[in-house]
Amino acid sequence: MNAKLIYRIAASLLLARWKQTLVAAIGVMFSITMFIALLGFMNGLNDLLDGLILNRTPHIRLFNEIKVNDRQPIAQVPKFSSAHNFIHSIKPTETRREIYNSQPIIKAIQKDDRVLGIAPKINTQVFFNAGTIDISGVINGIDVEAERRLFFFDDYITHGTSKDINIMSNSIILGKALADQLIANIGDIIQVTTPQGAQFSLKVVGYFQSGILELDKVQTYTSLATAQKIIGKSNSYITDIQIKLKNYEWAPGIAKEYHQRFDTDAEDIQTVNAQFETGSSIRSLISYAVGITLLVVAGFGIYNILNMMIYEKMDSIAILKATGFSGSDVNRIFILIALSIGFSGGIAGIILGFLISKFIDDIPFNTEALPTVTTYPVNYDLIYYAIGLSFSLITTYFAGLFPASKASRIDPVAIIRGK
Amino acid sequence: MQQVILEAKNISKDFHDPITIQVLKDITFSISKGEFVSMVGKSGSGKSTLLYVLSTMDTDFEGELLIDGESTREKSESHLAHIRNEKIGFVFQFHYLWNEFTVLENVMLPGLKLGKFSEQEVEHRAIERLRRLDIEKLALKKASQISGGEKQRVALARALINDPLIIMGDEPTGNLDKKNSEIVFELFKKMSAELNQTLLIVTHDPGFAERTQRIIELEDGRILKH
Ligand SMILES: Nc1ncnc2c1ncn2[C@@H]1O[C@H](COP(=O)(O)OP(=O)(O)O)[C@@H](O)[C@H]1O
Ligand SMILES: [Mg+2]
Repeated sequence: MNAKLIYRIAASLLLARWKQTLVAAIGVMFSITMFIALLGFMNGLNDLLDGLILNRTPHIRLFNEIKVNDRQPIAQVPKFSSAHNFIHSIKPTETRREIYNSQPIIKAIQKDDRVLGIAPKINTQVFFNAGTIDISGVINGIDVEAERRLFFFDDYITHGTSKDINIMSNSIILGKALADQLIANIGDIIQVTTPQGAQFSLKVVGYFQSGILELDKVQTYTSLATAQKIIGKSNSYITDIQIKLKNYEWAPGIAKEYHQRFDTDAEDIQTVNAQFETGSSIRSLISYAVGITLLVVAGFGIYNILNMMIYEKMDSIAILKATGFSGSDVNRIFILIALSIGFSGGIAGIILGFLISKFIDDIPFNTEALPTVTTYPVNYDLIYYAIGLSFSLITTYFAGLFPASKASRIDPVAIIRGK
Repeated sequence: MQQVILEAKNISKDFHDPITIQVLKDITFSISKGEFVSMVGKSGSGKSTLLYVLSTMDTDFEGELLIDGESTREKSESHLAHIRNEKIGFVFQFHYLWNEFTVLENVMLPGLKLGKFSEQEVEHRAIERLRRLDIEKLALKKASQISGGEKQRVALARALINDPLIIMGDEPTGNLDKKNSEIVFELFKKMSAELNQTLLIVTHDPGFAERTQRIIELEDGRILKH
């Protein structure tokens, strides 16, 4: 009963000053709209840029690094074991790049619940022969299906289809920039020379474009089998195991674990791309700062309106208190007024913000570097809408707090005497 | 002996603005059920001040106030608000109606706040009181659209909505012309006679006071006679 009455009184006050109320609500709406549109756009960009790295970088990569042996011969001589040994000019021994026991390792990892998928890979340096000059590059022998599923391989294929390298033996997909250097068209045969000196002919079946020119100048892809053939290894030979986890934040921990368990080098995505989260967090920070600034301005608008209302309705408040409404009733009336301005402005802002996001989403955006992107990216995550609405309620609540408590402390005697 | 509704015991009050002046001095009296009491005195003698103390709105005084046998001392603000809502009806010099509300809604407001009756019942009671005050036809008009004399009668209907123990008025006819003053006075008289309603009305009109059952006269914050 009481709640309904308070609601009714608040509504009548709002209606009595509906123009100012509308202006205040529009202020809130405007800031929430900006907040939603800005966060949606900024996070769309974040996702896009993160995706450039996150989508195609394995969360963990197992491989064998070429490095100096930790246990030099002198350490095995008992006589010097307690001494401090100085050794100069150590060179790495001929370590195999192959991952030993790759099949059992893959099986073991597949059983791990935290792992989303695995893509084995062979990575080898080659020279591409273009006339009289050689261009150095890298051939990646890949499991096409796994690459497509885990690393969105198809998104970067601009010509041809990725499956062709499985169907046709001795076929290759070239980075677009490399293909331009080699003047290699689709269907052309190109010559490669392996580090061991062997020559090989490969047919170009596609181009890919990663958005990162440095990669596109050197990277090429072929099937695992073709890669094994080029370097003359058996069909169990692989150099990398790429692992994608269900949550990339687990990568450093699991990498450490696998390093010990499988006795290989293990590299996590955070170590490889230490900087990539910095840009994202700064963009988010800017959006929040702008949204909150606008909301604070809108909050002052609400604060003003409430103060004006209280000033104008002094008599009405006095008679409420004289006839039995307590200070907390009056307080609730004005908090309710503030919150309804915030709520209606917030809802309208969310809707308008969504529409503006839709609009941004339709603006054409073409860039060489990102072949699959045609319009500006927008993130529609519901969490921003929820945050926007809660922000509008919280700011308006605080904007209403002071005027409401002022209204609740109005002394009816002082008002009635003044008449 | 009739039931005592309001009892003032040694009430004193000082103002400290800018120097301390004692406005009410050791006031003791009581009002019983059904009495029609007027309070008179020169301007500045402390009538309004006393009325606001008796109304529980002003709690800054010494002495003791009992309403319906209950002391108001050390009661919370919301409890005092509840006492006013249930037991005291007010009529001031100014009407204090909500202009956004209709006459009917204005009258209903304290009744809805009390929450003792359903909304329909409160509405029914409000119409009944408007009828008794002969302004039933105004029920659906906005408060801003009626005349000054009518407003004061609506304020009276609002004061009656919760069947208060006592109606307090601070110069309720002070802003009205002779004709309207007479109407309002007759209504007080009628309420006293027909409903045995207890009334305490501050007035500076000697003619008004003489026609009430009992006169309390204040001078310089002291009761001269009662
Ligand atoms: N808020 C106040 N501060 C200081 N003095 C006041 C205040 N209110 C009233 N007074 C003084 O108290 C005295 C009594 O005032 P009041 O009760 O209004 O008299 P009445 O209603 O009989 O004309 C007057 O002298 C008035 O000036
Ligand atoms: Mg007075």
